[in-house]
Amino acid sequence: MSRKIPEEKYQKTFSCQFRRWLEGAKDPFAGEVEMQKQAAFAESQEARERREQDEKLLNTKVYDLENNFEVRIFRRFYKVFSVLFCIFLVAMLLVAVSDLPVFGHAENPVNNEVAERYIEKGLEETGAVNIVTGMILDYRAFDTLGESHVLFIATCTVLILLRRDGEKEQALDEDNDRIHEPKDDVILQTAARILVPPIFLFGIYIILAGHLGPGGGFSGGAVIGAGLILYLNAFGFARTERFFTARTYRRMSFCALACYSLAKSYSFYTGANHIESVIPLGTPGAILSSGLILVLNICVGVVVAGTMYTFYVMFRKGGY
Amino acid sequence: MAFVQNFPFLSIILSLFSGPLCAVLDGKWARRVNGAVIAIIGILSVFVLKNVIPAGQPYVYRMGHFSAPWGNEIRVGVLEAFMACFFCVIMLLCMMGGIRERETEIEESKQNLYYVMVNLLLCSLLALIYTNDLFTAYVFVEINTISACGLIMIRQTGRTFEAATRYMIMSLLGSGLLLLGICYLYAVTGHLLMSNIREQVQLLAAGGQHHISLMVALGLMSVGLAIKSALYPFHAWLPDAYGYSTLSSSAILSSLVSKGYIFLLIKIFCRVIGFDVVTESKVVNVLFVFGIIGMIMGSWSAIKEKNLRRMIAFSSVAQIGYIYMGLGLATEAGIVASIYHVLSHAATKSLLFVAASGLSDASGGSDRYADITGAGFRNKLAGTAFLVGSLSMVGMPMFSGFISKLFFAQAAVGHAHKMLPTVIALAISTILNAVYFMKTVIRIYTPMGAYDAVKGDGTGKADGIGKTDGTGKADGIGKTDGTGKADGIGKADGTGKADGIGKRDGTGKTDRAEENGAGSERSASDWQEVGRTGRQVVIWEQPAKSAALICFILLNLILGLNSDPIMRLIQGGIEMFD
Repeated sequence: MSRKIPEEKYQKTFSCQFRRWLEGAKDPFAGEVEMQKQAAFAESQEARERREQDEKLLNTKVYDLENNFEVRIFRRFYKVFSVLFCIFLVAMLLVAVSDLPVFGHAENPVNNEVAERYIEKGLEETGAVNIVTGMILDYRAFDTLGESHVLFIATCTVLILLRRDGEKEQALDEDNDRIHEPKDDVILQTAARILVPPIFLFGIYIILAGHLGPGGGFSGGAVIGAGLILYLNAFGFARTERFFTARTYRRMSFCALACYSLAKSYSFYTGANHIESVIPLGTPGAILSSGLILVLNICVGVVVAGTMYTFYVMFRKGGY
Repeated sequence: MAFVQNFPFLSIILSLFSGPLCAVLDGKWARRVNGAVIAIIGILSVFVLKNVIPAGQPYVYRMGHFSAPWGNEIRVGVLEAFMACFFCVIMLLCMMGGIRERETEIEESKQNLYYVMVNLLLCSLLALIYTNDLFTAYVFVEINTISACGLIMIRQTGRTFEAATRYMIMSLLGSGLLLLGICYLYAVTGHLLMSNIREQVQLLAAGGQHHISLMVALGLMSVGLAIKSALYPFHAWLPDAYGYSTLSSSAILSSLVSKGYIFLLIKIFCRVIGFDVVTESKVVNVLFVFGIIGMIMGSWSAIKEKNLRRMIAFSSVAQIGYIYMGLGLATEAGIVASIYHVLSHAATKSLLFVAASGLSDASGGSDRYADITGAGFRNKLAGTAFLVGSLSMVGMPMFSGFISKLFFAQAAVGHAHKMLPTVIALAISTILNAVYFMKTVIRIYTPMGAYDAVKGDGTGKADGIGKTDGTGKADGIGKTDGTGKADGIGKADGTGKADGIGKRDGTGKTDRAEENGAGSERSASDWQEVGRTGRQVVIWEQPAKSAALICFILLNLILGLNSDPIMRLIQGGIEMFD
């Protein structure tokens, strides 16, 4: 029996490594992944004393329990009343629900001419095969315009609350940046390398096909946002900040929302003044069809993806 | 369709567009854009008003190519246009009054976000005023809630974070109840458009079907909006939110945000459910009772309060009580009186907030009751403005508050069961108002010399030590937070925030400690101990604030002396609701 390759070379071949891994002789990632164990939470004696002291001060000075009659009464009755109130509310809502028309019945007031026209003429009037998209982005586009601004303003509020700017704090951020997760985790990075492109592609597909099938800007944007978060976790802030910062987010969402507002202003204005819109509806089923819906879906998708990512970054680091 | 009729839609879109625009501009430009947008929308609303008054009837403006029950639409009547115009004026004056406070209290890099919030808040108010669709109203209620939170916590101190959290929880509870109510209503009527719901509700009420779910829906929507506009038992979030946020935020929150919800509730009563159904239900009686309790309890809390701005905030609770009392009367006269009080309260409360900040400018930046002694002499314009605001709130003739109280009394007189409680509550509440406002007015017009006699009598030192303790505690809390972060519980606990909490808790505690222990003499010697010096503030030191104060005073006088045309306008608007 002669070996075709020497022992040393054989050790490095995939089949040998695989066999040894299968037999449990070797962990291929040993020594290559640096994992830090999270320190157990231990409160020092000093900290505990201080906490107890704070608690005591809070009770005696801030709430002034001795003299503050209202707080004492409130604390005593709060639990009882909250339970009673919840029971009352639940009972009331249940009674009201039992009074509502039976769910799903064909003659319910909900199944009126409004729903009928959405279902029967939705395709013809909006050009969208997906009636839901046609409803939210064409029939009731004003509501959705408000809704996408809700996302934007929620992000702005999180920015107000959590963004930190001082130089000293930024230095601290650099230190803190990756303390809590493994550095250069090969498993995560490999998985991310494989997964992130398909996730992005899938998100883009959902957005672009929103008027043709299930999907749309909100769901597709959420998928892309999840992909961005995975990428960030695998490769760290240094990589993502090269292409995505708070400034990028604000410009991006401004462009998307401005595009949305302007496009919809055009259709609101022409609609209200009974002017024929020049935007063609196209053939239903084609990718370039259903008028403005495709553009609006892209705008919404951009805003949602940015919002998800910004939320994550703000809560994790407080700035980017 | 005349071009003017596009203006309501244009003003909504303009304010919506300028929100994201401000996010990409820097603070200075964002401020200019914001001012320009508010002014332009105000002017547009004037044109709308001039167009819609002679027409004598409202018109609907469909948003898009599909008409009413399928697409969205807005509805423009006299009252809507007038409210939009009025809200723009108040908002512009509030923003003018608080320019310097915003510059000092808000971080440089977050200035532009403030204007994002204000622009979108204006947009949501306009949409709430004009909308003819319940679900659109809900969407813009969300924008309103979130932007109000942002306005509260942009001044980064522990107190405002606490207030914003409280506001968020209460307000989201209110939104949730409103949404539940809308869902119930949709399930029994099958519509979201206000006029269609009304037709269906009339049919249901006539046939007696689904009575329970209708009443529950009405109750849920009323309670939801009552929570959001701080009716008495739900007012716990209010004093902190108004008392510690930056000046223009507190003025806008007290005079516009809560009023937007009240206007929506009036619309729901008159346009969605139909007034006769509302009158038959017992919901109005509940609102009436809580309104009356609020009038008295709010004033009572204001009397006990030792901090000027918190006192004004508690006074808001009482005034919201007035408005709900008017709604609870469930007559057209009552609703007209309520709307008039919305106007007069909006004009007066923001005047009081701006004047109070002028008084504390003249007292070393302190809001505490003891420190503003004699401030009326040091800042004459703010003193005069505070006097005007106080007299208006108390209900002196010539000022706006008098007219609305008169209307309330007139509306109550014809009422079978509610006349006596209304008139008694008005009398008691007026006396209580007079107690705390006149006390403050006397305080700001008492010369410092009156307190010189008691200075340095030894007790003051004890207080001084108390204060040092206060800061000590604050440090402790600050540090605890610090350790929390070092332990790695969460990076989101910013140092900035932790520091803020520490600092602010310290001051908070100081305030309380003094409130508990200190009588007026001791507070007077406090003045000496702290070393806070009052200074003369001249009118042209802060031209924007002075101009805003003068405009507010004029507005108050206009509302007080020229009530007839406004009253007729409101009545015409209410009739157009049908």
